[in-house]
Amino acid sequence: MRISQKFEELKDKNEKALIAYVCAGDPDPETTPSIVNALVEAGADIIELGLPFSDPVADGPTIQAATCRAIEAGMNTERYFEMIKDLKVNVPLICMTYYNLIYRQGSKNFVKKCAEAGISGLIIPDLPLHEADELIEICKEEGIDNIFLVAPNTSDQRLDAISSKSSGFIYVVSKLGVTGEGKNISSNVAGLLDKINSNLPKAVGFGISNRKHVEEMVAAGADAVIVGSAFVNIIASKDNVISRLKEITKDLKEGCR
Amino acid sequence: MNHYYGDYGGQYVPEILMPPLQELEEAYEQYKADPEFTSQLNDYLENYAGRSTPLYYAKNMSAKYGIKIYLKREDLVHGGAHKLNNTLGQALLAKFMGKKRLIAETGAGQHGTATAMVGAKLGFETMVYMGSKDVKRQLPNVYRMKLMGTEVVSVDTGSKTMKDAINEALRDWVTNVSDTHYLIGSVVGPYPFPKIVRDFQSVIGREVKEQVMKIEGRYPDSIVACAGGGSNAMGIFYPFLDDEVNLFAVEAGGEKLREDDKIAYHSASLATGEEGILHGARTKVLQNRDGQILESTSVAAGLDYAGVGPELARLSETGRVKPCYITDMEALEAFHELSRLEGIIPALESSHAIAYVMKMADSGILGDTVVINLSGRGDKDLQTIMDMED
Repeated sequence: MRISQKFEELKDKNEKALIAYVCAGDPDPETTPSIVNALVEAGADIIELGLPFSDPVADGPTIQAATCRAIEAGMNTERYFEMIKDLKVNVPLICMTYYNLIYRQGSKNFVKKCAEAGISGLIIPDLPLHEADELIEICKEEGIDNIFLVAPNTSDQRLDAISSKSSGFIYVVSKLGVTGEGKNISSNVAGLLDKINSNLPKAVGFGISNRKHVEEMVAAGADAVIVGSAFVNIIASKDNVISRLKEITKDLKEGCR
Repeated sequence: MNHYYGDYGGQYVPEILMPPLQELEEAYEQYKADPEFTSQLNDYLENYAGRSTPLYYAKNMSAKYGIKIYLKREDLVHGGAHKLNNTLGQALLAKFMGKKRLIAETGAGQHGTATAMVGAKLGFETMVYMGSKDVKRQLPNVYRMKLMGTEVVSVDTGSKTMKDAINEALRDWVTNVSDTHYLIGSVVGPYPFPKIVRDFQSVIGREVKEQVMKIEGRYPDSIVACAGGGSNAMGIFYPFLDDEVNLFAVEAGGEKLREDDKIAYHSASLATGEEGILHGARTKVLQNRDGQILESTSVAAGLDYAGVGPELARLSETGRVKPCYITDMEALEAFHELSRLEGIIPALESSHAIAYVMKMADSGILGDTVVINLSGRGDKDLQTIMDMED
């Protein structure tokens, strides 16, 4: 499913989107499909499935550990695409990974495989806009969205450039830092959301882990929230994982209505 | 501004790091020719670091190996390695930029120590990230850093070496961009770091040019330097790029030139690596089929790195610099050989360059006059050597 289609659906229902991140292959490649199914069943609107990289510089300790577990358990690029092909969920799937894994396969080849597997968008946190010209062209040809990130310190000039080159949605990083659960979300996010001059939906991520955060972001003007580490922590606990994932997903989704 | 060396280089970093990289580039371009900045830097280089360093004719080694061998004595720089040339430059730049805090990664601990020195001297809060494996094999340097008031953070992720220390330093920088300067220790990372570090280290090559002219009346046939990230190599090579001088970058051949899916048993990224993206730059990288970065291996912690500076990757591709490698065992032999012949204990890193000259002296490819960059002293390695010879 296209990302834009999902956002239109939600707009009709007057809801915001819950985007759920988990790392493919965490705790092992066999378990990931049931985790994704649980998230979708409980109300996640879009799934962001991480393709684990050995050196994830934009991620905090929680997702770093998930990445290690997944690679240890045998996750790799080939299995990632096989897994996605076999998923039977009717929501947009986004591939989140680091640029070397794409570069290594050849951008064209990688994006083609994404399209074949049914992936709708790409998030690459270590590929800023000015290094992405080639990839943007390839993604256009294959009908894959390029989701770029903006941060609290991004200049107005770059905000405009990123807005004009993004597709799917704009990933608004809520804080200066890496991914991971936080106590409070910065009160400046509303100002950042206001500054982004674009018709694309704006999704806020980094540090969003509970319903209160979600409600604050929705009130601040977000069209979507991205939650990752909160799910990954439940997976890491090995304690009643599926039912606890469903429970928190339902709660977070309530905050989006 | 062109951020590339051929196809290598660039800025592959999270969006949060774009403003500080731009700020750094602008500040560097502004201050590098600023009379106040250069006069302060030159004063520190002379009176704090102890420059210029001698170009020493190694008479006994020359006699034994049948060619004229000069050692550029960077081991005599304050702190015991060439690293201070760069940390003085960058810390002063950070001071001019109004930064309050320095962070750095370190492998052998030499760059961490050199950062701790300038942190103490110039009044920064200083934090150094070091892989837990390196903390264990370089304890004296850890203690030195602490003595100078630096907080040393042991990094326990991934391969627990320099690669992971850089990851952690980048995460710190992303979180503390406004008041912190990331004082990167080699010619690696996103632009403008490869250029800034190269420029600050080029003082080595500039001095060699003058010194060798005075002694020999001509340039040497060859210059040999070890290369992990490549800062001492770029520093001595750069001023000679347009001259008829052969340049050899000696990488760590480790145990042997072999890799499996997770580990490279060497650190020879120029010789065996493939194009990839690591730590913000496109360069030669030790990686598996999927693009996962391999753990590198070397007896010399300062060479134990899965990538290499992008400019060095470019120069090696064009053939201007010749990449080669030396195994752990060969480096150890050279370590002993120089200690016995000249009464100079070289760092294990620099021992790779020495070993290459010993090995190739007869072959003719080095010519008859060679300069080796003796990038550091070996005191820090004594524990490693004693453990290995037990």
